[in-house]
Amino acid sequence: MAENFSEHKSVLIKNGVIVGSKKPAVDILIENGVIKEIGNVTNHPTDIHIVDLKGAYVSPGWADIHVHLREPGREDEETISSGSDAAMAGGFTAVCCMPNTNPPLDSEDMITSIKERAVGHLVKVYPIGTVSKERKGEELAEIGNMVEAGAVGFSDDGDPVYDDALMRIALEYSKMFGVPIVNHSEVRSLAKGGVMNEGAVSARLGIPGIPSHAEDIMVARDIRLIELTNGRLHVPHISSIETLELVRRAKAKGLAVTCEVTPHHLSLTDTNFEKFDAAYKVNPPLRTEEDIDALRNGLADGTIDCIASDHAPHSPEENEADLLDAPFGLVGLETAFGVCVVNLLDTKVLNLEQLIEKLSAAPRKIYNLPPAEIKVGKNANMTFFDITTEWKVDSSQFLSQSRNTPYEGMTLKGKVLGVVNGNKVYQAD
Amino acid sequence: MPVLSDRHLLGLEGVPQKDIQLILDTAFTFREILDRPVPKVPTLQGQTVLNFFYESSTRTRMSFELAEKRLSADSINFSKSGSSASKGETLRDTIRTIEAMKIDTVVIRHSAPGSAKLMTGFIDSNIINAGDGAHEHPTQALLDMMTLQEHLNLKSLKGLKVAILGDIKHSRVARSNIHGLKTMGAEVMICGPSTLLPYEAEALGVHISTDINEALEFADVLNILRIQLERQKGGLFPSLREYRKFFGITMKRLNGYKKKFTIMHPGPLNRGVEIDADVADSEHSVILNQVLNGVAVRMAVLVLLTQTHNKGKNRSDG
Repeated sequence: MAENFSEHKSVLIKNGVIVGSKKPAVDILIENGVIKEIGNVTNHPTDIHIVDLKGAYVSPGWADIHVHLREPGREDEETISSGSDAAMAGGFTAVCCMPNTNPPLDSEDMITSIKERAVGHLVKVYPIGTVSKERKGEELAEIGNMVEAGAVGFSDDGDPVYDDALMRIALEYSKMFGVPIVNHSEVRSLAKGGVMNEGAVSARLGIPGIPSHAEDIMVARDIRLIELTNGRLHVPHISSIETLELVRRAKAKGLAVTCEVTPHHLSLTDTNFEKFDAAYKVNPPLRTEEDIDALRNGLADGTIDCIASDHAPHSPEENEADLLDAPFGLVGLETAFGVCVVNLLDTKVLNLEQLIEKLSAAPRKIYNLPPAEIKVGKNANMTFFDITTEWKVDSSQFLSQSRNTPYEGMTLKGKVLGVVNGNKVYQAD
Repeated sequence: MPVLSDRHLLGLEGVPQKDIQLILDTAFTFREILDRPVPKVPTLQGQTVLNFFYESSTRTRMSFELAEKRLSADSINFSKSGSSASKGETLRDTIRTIEAMKIDTVVIRHSAPGSAKLMTGFIDSNIINAGDGAHEHPTQALLDMMTLQEHLNLKSLKGLKVAILGDIKHSRVARSNIHGLKTMGAEVMICGPSTLLPYEAEALGVHISTDINEALEFADVLNILRIQLERQKGGLFPSLREYRKFFGITMKRLNGYKKKFTIMHPGPLNRGVEIDADVADSEHSVILNQVLNGVAVRMAVLVLLTQTHNKGKNRSDG
């Protein structure tokens, strides 16, 4: 299979504006994957790959810490290779993949296998291991062995850790390894049978609802458990005002809690269900305008640490099912940045520097990933983009194998022009 | 020929008053035909109607089938219970199959809300929603409104006070009635156990009560919904006995008021639970009129949608 990226001993990035720097456009010289020079590069080898950015932005490479790559088990929906391609097209040089594959990533062998399958790609894949053996929610998995094999955090994502005692043990035990526990926050008995946010819209449409309380009750429990254990909790995809408030209070107390928000929870409301389209069916569900406003403010004031897509590919067959049968989830890697520009930059919720921090440095910090920095002597790890180009979402152009997006046909803004990781370069058409 | 604003009937939310009135007026003319010795007209000769029932139904399907036969349409039936994906076929796949059969009108019942609307994107047939989950069941609400006009000898439903009783949360009949009655100017109250009212029910724009006496005080008309026995099994209320005590419509309850209530029920009845036998069979009960009017309303809808479709075609041809 032809690669979507190329490898070069020497690369010259010309005329890029580094985000956060006061300087005008500069050149960046990369030799053997390492940044050699930043400035007006005049002296370079003749056999060199040149990328002329013509004044576009350069930032440290972005990381998406919540993706589902579906391999092993559902390679018809996504593979490590196609998901990595989608990530780089979306501007990401690193992803953290969730362990709810089939079989799940619950052992050092499974973690090693994911890492081996990802070798050679531009995008670095950091696996997250399961909290429990076989992801059954009963017994603690071999967290230590998985950390040694390269797991960066632990989650039974797709399902919550229901058992209070297991959650306590997981938070206590993982402390030794300095890794976070990531709990899919959902009280299942409250969410059961639900399709969309429970509220005024579901009342009118007669679509089974999931109250936001299903999320915040679980988060409240988990926060109490970190008070008990001094463990580290990362709350994925927060969707409601109440959950945000819980995290805000926990942070004020100095507890070790972090959280992420998805681009779709920052941009789409439950009123979309008037279309009865399963493309909007996602868990946690899309909430209301008030929730979106609160989440945006939470990002700006630092309560929410970072943005992550919860990229969840589904086959067309699953996607064609009716509203009750259709699975939860949407593909987000390739639309994340465009959605952020429209909903966070253009609305002045964040400035460009802040947005890039939420996409690059902040997510890496949560899982202790090596930082991406544009400095001489550092490994080249960067993303090129503009924030002005308007483009229409056409899922047939996605590098992801799946097409389940609610943004089809929508106009977004801000184009990813390419990424570099080491000596590997991807340039968008 | 009079036409509607849309060639599909997916629900009553957003349907203009003049459309609802046109359907009701047309239904009354068909009602006369049903009283003739030979109750059949050639209006839809050559038209093919598919009754596509993904969820079990006896009454609604029979009513549609009879309406189609009275109009001389060719009708075929498709029944399948249970969910689609679990049997390895998506709804859209089935829709494509139907499309290939060149059906003029599809009457669909499905457990998923929005399934009728989903169909319109993939098929050229006129679509009639015969119930999609807890979303809407527009022909039921239309026949309810027709029955009220007929029974109370009203030109308009304006100002009429209707209480819808029972499981509102899971009821498509309630939602369609609420939208239709509000559009026609009636005043609506919903009343039932608080676990069977939707969360944020205020969004429906009607009076809300959990006290049956309040509903009886308010209403001229009681539309009593069927209590699905599985709701009790799902733990949403403790027992049928307790339901009857707090919400069951008994003669004793009705006799406490001077006014004569009109009693409606979409069927099938749980006698002795939501409605007592003597109430169901009393002179104020219009339950059997509802059944007969159901055929007339469905004839009206089938004909008007066909006319609307044809007019749209002529317009694009010319």
